[in-house]
Amino acid sequence: MSSSIDPAALTIEGLRIATRSHTIVGGIDLALKRGGIHGLAGESGSGKTMTALAVLGLLPGSMTASGSIRLADAEGPASTELVGASRGVLQGVRGRRVAMVFQDPSTSLHPQLPVGRQLTDHMRHHLGLGKAEARQKAEALLDRVRVPDARGALSKYPHQFSGGQRQRIAIAVALACDPTVLLADEPTTALDVTVQAGVLQLLRELADGGDLSILLVTHDLGVMSAVADEVTVMRQGLVVESAPREQLFTSPQDDYTRSLLAALPGSSFEQTGEEAR
Amino acid sequence: MSEHVTSESVSQPEREREPLSGGRPVLEAEGIVVEYGRRPALRAVDGVGLAVAAGEVVALVGESGCGKSSLARAIVGIEKRKAGVVRLNGDDVPTLGLRRRSAAMTGMQMVFQDPNSSLNPRRRVGDQIGDGVRAALARGDRGSDPADWLRRVGLDPAMVSRFPHEFSGGQKQRIAIARALAARPGMLVADEPISALDASTQTSVAALMRSLSVEAGAGMLFISHDLSVVRRIADRVLVMYQGRVVESGVTETVWQNPLHPYTRALLAAIPLPDGAGRLPVAPAETDRAAWLDDVPAALERTTV
Repeated sequence: MSSSIDPAALTIEGLRIATRSHTIVGGIDLALKRGGIHGLAGESGSGKTMTALAVLGLLPGSMTASGSIRLADAEGPASTELVGASRGVLQGVRGRRVAMVFQDPSTSLHPQLPVGRQLTDHMRHHLGLGKAEARQKAEALLDRVRVPDARGALSKYPHQFSGGQRQRIAIAVALACDPTVLLADEPTTALDVTVQAGVLQLLRELADGGDLSILLVTHDLGVMSAVADEVTVMRQGLVVESAPREQLFTSPQDDYTRSLLAALPGSSFEQTGEEAR
Repeated sequence: MSEHVTSESVSQPEREREPLSGGRPVLEAEGIVVEYGRRPALRAVDGVGLAVAAGEVVALVGESGCGKSSLARAIVGIEKRKAGVVRLNGDDVPTLGLRRRSAAMTGMQMVFQDPNSSLNPRRRVGDQIGDGVRAALARGDRGSDPADWLRRVGLDPAMVSRFPHEFSGGQKQRIAIARALAARPGMLVADEPISALDASTQTSVAALMRSLSVEAGAGMLFISHDLSVVRRIADRVLVMYQGRVVESGVTETVWQNPLHPYTRALLAAIPLPDGAGRLPVAPAETDRAAWLDDVPAALERTTV
């Protein structure tokens, strides 16, 4: 690495995740560019969610990770190694420098705490903000993710919002401590298409702001095509193909990618019929 | 026996044949109303009627909470109807009570969203498909071999003695489909049959459902929020919003030229996997008011 700023916000090299008897992820490389959206596609069981969890050191206890995951500093050439990092290091990273958004906002938000509390808790912990200051910032965050009546929303509970609003709130919670990397695991899968469109626009705007890089895990190649800059396709714990979006969708190099696209209505490789899984 | 399902079975020309080609519909529903709770009651389905002919696939689409599942359940009789009638081959379909359904009513079968909860985990899949075969026999229809149904849905016939947990999600849904079809239904109601499946198997399971039901000459009501799959398998489509049908008619017509503002918003919001990086259009809050409008021209649409 040179002395200039690392162009990748997150660099994964030779990541292996294994249980005692099985290999879940068999050595993958991935570089998440600063200010970009990197899509991670693949069928369920291909290891895409485990890859995201490994970044935060949140793998189930039965699994161990090896290889390297380096999180670049916001400024300067230094980086933090996350595989095998100590608890202290990880606690400084989780929710602070790397944040995560999950599929279902009704389970990732606490049902008995008002939204304002969920938005300010970690700001006060990580950033050491005072109560009033944190609340002010929370209001600005809700405005940023376009939740209507941000001030009023702070004292409401999650069930008082629609599914799309709840996912926006979950994104606001993730953004609270100005992370450089956002891991979004199927963030729109539980939403209706009309609502999904709004959340996708939000993700794109956040990445275009320049300071945030997003790792978007989804099985939906339509979503991938709409927002991702780079796409990595995984299968059975291995990367089968990684390419800029347009190239991957128009001239996929791998047979598996081709078959995924062929199974999709509306893609350039669409074919009717049923193929064996 | 029938030939194996081939890729030609969902080809374009077949889908563009005349709707209601069978003449008399297998299933007719009129003025269905479903309400939940009281003071004030929530009207989930607000006077919906539809007809499905033999060999026809009719899709029901709309966002979550629009009443599409309530309508399907009311049609089968699982949900109590506040008003409206449903007729299967001219016979009234009663609401299910504690008693067993009459033999005639087994001519309507349902496929549910989650095969994990619709298949019995403690019975062998062959026995469960056998339930369907016995229902067909009780109605005086032809019997069949469960193993043959496994072959038709693309599984190994030797798997009849396995239990559901030995299969993947997509395979389990294929078994649920086999069980429903083994009863030789004249009408198949499928409530989000593919949404619990992996993206890579969704399209193939949907195509399989279409080809098997068309081959058996059964009508199918296919409920889904996945519009791109609906476009590929449905002859006609009903678009629901807040308990009412806002647009209906031949699938391709509705797709090419949607007339109702809700249908337009819905179709514009689908992200296409074309690699162009186009963000789908998100409807503005202010647009939603127009979605409640009546657009008479958008109903019962025929050719382009």
